[in-house]
Amino acid sequence: MATSQRNFIESVWDLFCSLKLTMFLLISLALTSVIGTVLPQGEVPPEYVAQISPLKFQIYTKLHFFDMYHSWWFIALLYIFSLNLICCSIKRLPHVLTFISQPALVLDASMQKAFSLKQEVAFSTPLDIARKKLADFLKAELANPVVTERDGAFHLFAQKNAWCRLGVYVVHASILVIFVGAIIGSLFGDKGFVNISEGESVSTFMSRTGKETNLGFTVRCDQFTVTKYATGAPKEFKSILTILENGKPVPDYVNARVIVNDPLTYKGYTFYQSSYGQADEGSEHYLTVTPRGGTDKKRIIIHKGEAVTLKDGTVVKLIAATQEVQQIIPELNGPAAQIEVAFKGKSPQVLEVFKNYPESNIQRGDELIFGYEGTNAKMFTGLQVAKDPGVWVVWLGCALMVVGLCIAFFMSHKRVWIVVSKGHARMYGNASKNQAAFSMQFDDLAAKLKELKI
Amino acid sequence: MTSSLLFNITTLAYMASMVTFFMYLASKNKSVGLVGSLLAYAGLAVQTVAIGLRWKESYDIGFGHAPLSNLYESVVFFSWTIILIYLLIDLKYKYRIVGAFVVPFALLGMAWAQLGLNTGIEPLVPALQSNWLLYHVVTCFLGYAAFAVACGVSIMYLIKAHHEANSSTTSSAGGLMALFPPTRVLDDLNYRAIMIGFPLLTIGIITGAAWADYAWGTYWSWDPKETWSLIVWFIYAAFLHARFTKGWVGKRAAWLSIIGFAATIFCYLGVNLFLSGLHSYGGK
Repeated sequence: MATSQRNFIESVWDLFCSLKLTMFLLISLALTSVIGTVLPQGEVPPEYVAQISPLKFQIYTKLHFFDMYHSWWFIALLYIFSLNLICCSIKRLPHVLTFISQPALVLDASMQKAFSLKQEVAFSTPLDIARKKLADFLKAELANPVVTERDGAFHLFAQKNAWCRLGVYVVHASILVIFVGAIIGSLFGDKGFVNISEGESVSTFMSRTGKETNLGFTVRCDQFTVTKYATGAPKEFKSILTILENGKPVPDYVNARVIVNDPLTYKGYTFYQSSYGQADEGSEHYLTVTPRGGTDKKRIIIHKGEAVTLKDGTVVKLIAATQEVQQIIPELNGPAAQIEVAFKGKSPQVLEVFKNYPESNIQRGDELIFGYEGTNAKMFTGLQVAKDPGVWVVWLGCALMVVGLCIAFFMSHKRVWIVVSKGHARMYGNASKNQAAFSMQFDDLAAKLKELKI
Repeated sequence: MTSSLLFNITTLAYMASMVTFFMYLASKNKSVGLVGSLLAYAGLAVQTVAIGLRWKESYDIGFGHAPLSNLYESVVFFSWTIILIYLLIDLKYKYRIVGAFVVPFALLGMAWAQLGLNTGIEPLVPALQSNWLLYHVVTCFLGYAAFAVACGVSIMYLIKAHHEANSSTTSSAGGLMALFPPTRVLDDLNYRAIMIGFPLLTIGIITGAAWADYAWGTYWSWDPKETWSLIVWFIYAAFLHARFTKGWVGKRAAWLSIIGFAATIFCYLGVNLFLSGLHSYGGK
């Protein structure tokens, strides 16, 4: 019983140390990640639900496919991946450390046979002098050698960049560091959204979790503007914000500019330009009415959804208004309104009227010509709010990963032995990576060795 | 002289290079292979000037941004990086024949860009107005290009391995296959190309995350483009581990490299064409 239990533990341990599991996990993570790029994530739009069969919807929901990157099974895959990383490192790292700290100073016969890079030279000087000269040679060309005497021969061993064998473990550790950063962010960070109308202030924002979060200070939006290229494409979305503490503006945070790609950070919270719109509530819109052929232009003040009865009994209702019609009709620009007009005794009709195109307002053959002059409505800015204390841990992990990858891929542990016996010396070389480049270096070294006057 | 004229010359140079490489395959004449490489290099030189000129032209008309802002510009840049990585590998390892399997990718890109895409220089939308654009796009595409080279080499590996398995006598294996480096060398080249591509892709993903954090406050939001870049990363991570795993060496590794490049292309184009997300401006 006891042995079978130990066998079980051992086989679990072996499984977690195995590269086969790594391959399985990497491929599983790649394959399952596709699901979330094809199916909508987060709140499922009703149009999508209508598209698929109820059974499919139920199955997908059960499997957490609509929030798969936060589902228990995806997180579990990531945890097993981390465990695999840790176990592999625990198993292999001690060997590598021993390999680095206790290198093979003496090259035995079997290793001498195994190496393909070798060079032999003969000499007639006494062994001691030759040994010293060869040691100086290695010191000048590669590194100061360690000399060991064995069976009447001297083994000179020099190495370079032994520590670069640790590169791969740096990469593995960096993945864990990034995970730690992500966990810190999800535990202690907060993300959300806030809309602020021009002139208004807020001291809370709507968190991603759906609850109102207190900022601990106040943010005021002084102004929001959109500028455009001549082509009509947006050039800049800009909010002017002021931070207030206890009702007083904080120096250096007065009239601070926030644009896309240039956020504002205060007390751990960062505000990002994200969207904008028109604050509609209670704002006045201005319509004009001119009798056809007349010059007596009248201005009507109207609110959204409100109906106004004119002197002649015509009823005008404002359905919708925009300050930039281009978003709806790309070939036009400027403010526009959609109104419903019911001439006395007739059924209502819907008209679009424009500020910048009075002629199109006139072209309609009605007895009254309507126009739109705009609104006193303010703009609001939509800001993304984020606090993530884990982000620097994530960047540390990323930096470690890049450094680790460069060490693991582009540096090589080079070892050279010279076995000096009476009358001749044999040089052997080996590199942990990029044998082709090292063999050229070794050939170069061999040529110099042959030139050497011993 | 305009950049668009130079881009047309580039396309013709890559076309000529590819045809010459195919003639090299047929004739096995070494100097034909050299001409193929030289044509690709000439194309690269012209394209480098053209990209610089387009950059200048964008300043001349008042937009002033690096030519990396839309699908046309990115496809052109992708072609440029493919030939650049090919040049590096050609100069270092001198297996000329690899060009026959890599230059077509660059030609395909240039032909599609010149014939099928909108070549106009457009102003930068606010989301792209950042220095991160340059770092992010350059590192990503250099990575993609290395994967394109690895894919070409993997195709060669599979052809060669298939041929070796089917021909019983290795001595008479001459012909076309004699031009191909041994499978051992192709496997090594594949690994080396991915060793260049993987760190570049990693830096590309990291600069993308840093930019996202800077612009939106979230370094990772599982946007389809981000996710697909991670999928590509997983596949090549698997490739790198395959070399040390029993049963995964050789053909399977070559297939992983080809699948990795297919995923790369989907990450680059498929996401924009079929899925929605933060990178959707690239689709227009």
